[in-house]
Amino acid sequence: SMAASKSDPFPGPAPIPKERVQKFKRKDKAKKPRHQHFKLRDMMKRSDEASEMSQKQAARFDLLLPEDAGFLEGDEDEDTCTISQEDIAEAVDITSGAKYFNLKLSQFGPYRVDYSKTGRHLLLGGRRGHVACIDWQSKHLMCEINVMESVNDVKWLHSEAMYAVAQKKWLYIYDSNGIELHCIRKFNDVLRMQFLPYHFLLATASATSFLQYLDVSVGKEVAAFCTKTGRLDVMCQNPHNAIIHLGHPNGTVTLWSPNQKEALVKMLCHQGGVRSVTVDKTGMYMVTSGLDKKLKVYDIRAFKPLKSYFLPAGASCLSLSQRGLLSAATGDVVQVYRDVWSAPVTKPYMAHRVRGSVWGLHFCPFEDVLGVGHGDGFTSMLVPGAGEPNFDGLDANPYRSAKQRQEWEVKALLEKIQPELISLDPTELGYVDRATFEQRHRDRVQALGYDPLAKEKFVPKYKKKGRSSAGAVERRKKQVAHEDQRDEIRKTVEDKMKMEKEIKERAQKKAALSNQKSALDRFKK
Amino acid sequence: MTSIHRHYNVSSANALHVYAFSVHFQMKVKVLSRNPDDYVRETKLDIQRVPRNYDPSLHPFEVSREYTRALNATKLERVFAKPFLASLDGHRDGVNCMAKHTKSLSTLLSGSCDGEVKMWNLTKHDCVRTLQAHEGFVRGIVVRYCGTSFFTVGDDKTIKQWKMEAPGYGEAEEPLNTILGKTVFTGLDHHQKEAVFATCGQQVDIWDEQRSSPIRSFTWGVDSFSSVRFNPVETELLASCASDRSIVLYDMRESAPLKKVIMTMRSNTLCWNPMEAYHFTCANEDYNLYTYDMRNLDRPFMVHMDHVSAVLDVDYSPTGKEFVSASFDKTIRIFQKDGGHSREVYHTKRMQHVICVKWSADNKYILSGSDEMNIRLWKANAAEKLGVLAPREKQAINYNQKLKEKFQHHPQIRRITHHRHLPKNIYHQTKELRIMKEARKRKERNVRKHSRPGTVPVVSEKEKHVVTVVK
Repeated sequence: SMAASKSDPFPGPAPIPKERVQKFKRKDKAKKPRHQHFKLRDMMKRSDEASEMSQKQAARFDLLLPEDAGFLEGDEDEDTCTISQEDIAEAVDITSGAKYFNLKLSQFGPYRVDYSKTGRHLLLGGRRGHVACIDWQSKHLMCEINVMESVNDVKWLHSEAMYAVAQKKWLYIYDSNGIELHCIRKFNDVLRMQFLPYHFLLATASATSFLQYLDVSVGKEVAAFCTKTGRLDVMCQNPHNAIIHLGHPNGTVTLWSPNQKEALVKMLCHQGGVRSVTVDKTGMYMVTSGLDKKLKVYDIRAFKPLKSYFLPAGASCLSLSQRGLLSAATGDVVQVYRDVWSAPVTKPYMAHRVRGSVWGLHFCPFEDVLGVGHGDGFTSMLVPGAGEPNFDGLDANPYRSAKQRQEWEVKALLEKIQPELISLDPTELGYVDRATFEQRHRDRVQALGYDPLAKEKFVPKYKKKGRSSAGAVERRKKQVAHEDQRDEIRKTVEDKMKMEKEIKERAQKKAALSNQKSALDRFKK
Repeated sequence: MTSIHRHYNVSSANALHVYAFSVHFQMKVKVLSRNPDDYVRETKLDIQRVPRNYDPSLHPFEVSREYTRALNATKLERVFAKPFLASLDGHRDGVNCMAKHTKSLSTLLSGSCDGEVKMWNLTKHDCVRTLQAHEGFVRGIVVRYCGTSFFTVGDDKTIKQWKMEAPGYGEAEEPLNTILGKTVFTGLDHHQKEAVFATCGQQVDIWDEQRSSPIRSFTWGVDSFSSVRFNPVETELLASCASDRSIVLYDMRESAPLKKVIMTMRSNTLCWNPMEAYHFTCANEDYNLYTYDMRNLDRPFMVHMDHVSAVLDVDYSPTGKEFVSASFDKTIRIFQKDGGHSREVYHTKRMQHVICVKWSADNKYILSGSDEMNIRLWKANAAEKLGVLAPREKQAINYNQKLKEKFQHHPQIRRITHHRHLPKNIYHQTKELRIMKEARKRKERNVRKHSRPGTVPVVSEKEKHVVTVVK
């Protein structure tokens, strides 16, 4: 009948676009093990199949994401960088327009800025001691204090409950109500801080060239290194592998992990001093700016330079957004560039002039907003297309309730990663440890204190009734030594014969394949 | 003046187009603006909304976080591993044999060394019925497949069939049927579907329930058999353990035994795998258990080594994936069907030599009957939470299980998973046995090294224990 003969016009499962599948792809299929390991082969096959299925499912789920990213497109003959913030604020809806605002705080010096991980809360720290934390979307002031000391840097800790302030002498931790919780005297002269959220580590760089790590969940200093490179005031973290990047006045950028006393990598980036460093969220690209007025883009996985741009005024602050927009600030001008690493960039995407000289830049996560701390206070500017439109509710949820925040905090503390696991390749735990035999032997010797494989010297048994004269003992020793020598020779000869046989076989196979006849064939054995 | 279109932000389905006259240009702009109504729950009684995005760049450190979760799951499993549930007290002599009720999960029958048979209610942990079945040991007890009656055999050469219901008020316990035999019976098993049962003693007899003499007797030159078992899947097949260190296979329909395999030491009991018709596991005196494929008896399919004394009883889980073994060293061990070493060991100071063990039919509990007159109820999965689980709990348990499986080879996790506390004598005995085994291996290696190549062949561990197969 008609119904039975109808066939599916689109047979099989729906196709998934290639880029989406690529986005969710993890590493390639593992090598098949050798012949005899049936169970292992079966297990690997099943795990590969399950992994592929889950990657495809995740790629399919991408279709259901609710939000789209922002954009800004001008006319054909028009530069988007000439569009002013006021125009954008008028053109968009009221809520988005309210995200462009200025805080005039000219009394307390240039401001450092930090947004919390969810993007909801903003922390301002003025040079002359003014510290304030605000829920910037509802403009609700959470706390405002003056610490009566100069403030070098401010940083949110894992949630909006606590923040760290690097003051003139020591490191202080405050509650979101402004109550001083801790004064950590071990961390002195801190200039810059970075918080590693999944490790609960606060990394601090000091004026005395010390890089220190503080575990904020336990309250212990995990590691302290004397970098011996001078004043450390350029610092950033690689969100992909939790490595700290430090920039130095001799133009080098060094990479640090809490497990090694020396820098993991030292890269010479600029001819002058390095002014600012930033790394994107996938851990692929590093953007640095230096005193030589250059802006350089590096592939940090392969440590190769990709692009180099000349900025007429240089860039004192850099920040990368979640979607790859780069903001560079010099003096009182903030410029935003798009696609710095894929296509050659000739002009900025957006530009804005603020009232004072820029001291801190930070993109707000999950919002199209860039926070600029400057000498005259704080400006929040609109940058369409900067924020990630779809957040994950279980990771950083700007709309979480108090209960959800508590549950998230407990789970995050339970899966806190130990600092020993920080390395250049974050997936190192997933690889089979193929330590060579020599390496393993060396480890065993070190662990045991002696070499278990070393042959003990042969000590002949002392025989009574005069059978242990010097000559007899020597004879016995010689006999054992000769036997050992014979064993060795036999072994080497066997190995040699085997190898020769293999070479011959290979040559024969080759000859058989190539089938070339030569006049000398009849002399071959 | 050029007309200007200003497009408002289109995050919702309805787009507002407002035309206004203003200054220069024409631009298209959209700024991310989320409607909180889409992300926050409407009332306190709803569940919270959790939008998901599986983009890997939003979830860095996948491997390390999963590893930490797996480590926590492993440690918590050890924290919650409390397998002992209850001890059933009441027998006045050692418990010799047990039988599972075929229709009721909460009933257990046990026979002791003074001829008493007790019926237990496992949910209330108390004895429901007691009857004096035999004078002397109760050697075997089995419940009929329909669940209405059960059979016992004892040292007084009788086979008795009893009703499952307790007798009424004032009535005495009387067996439904008594069969007198000529020799002592040492084991008993009932057919899965027909009214036929088998006993073993001096020979293996197949009995019909209506007759008082066996319908068939199998002998093969041996004078005593220790246990007989029907295959639960291929219901016409039987296997028995004989005192000449052999295991004999029979087909009920034939007149002679099929074949037998002679091993280096005697097997005490055997159990068929309820899911795989051709596998059976025998509990041997040389501290090991051997799983054989009945089609190929010349080498066991697997050798299970971990006990430090003779293994007395073995029973399979109803899933067929694992089995439990009871040993003369006062422990019971749970093995996987293809695992050479045990995954779990249960012991208590009060439990002495474990004579019989059963795995309950709902795969959750293990019952062990021991020398000191107690039957103990254990959890098959030591860290399992019993009772009704919420769906989220089940999901969390499944996730933790999968994580532990994924990272089982990492050294720290493997160390924690494999760690078990053992009583001091068993711990020392295990070490001693290992030293002995290594010494033997070393000697064999040296002998092989110093003799002509080929004169001392390499015999695999599996082949070592089988002497011969006789058809």
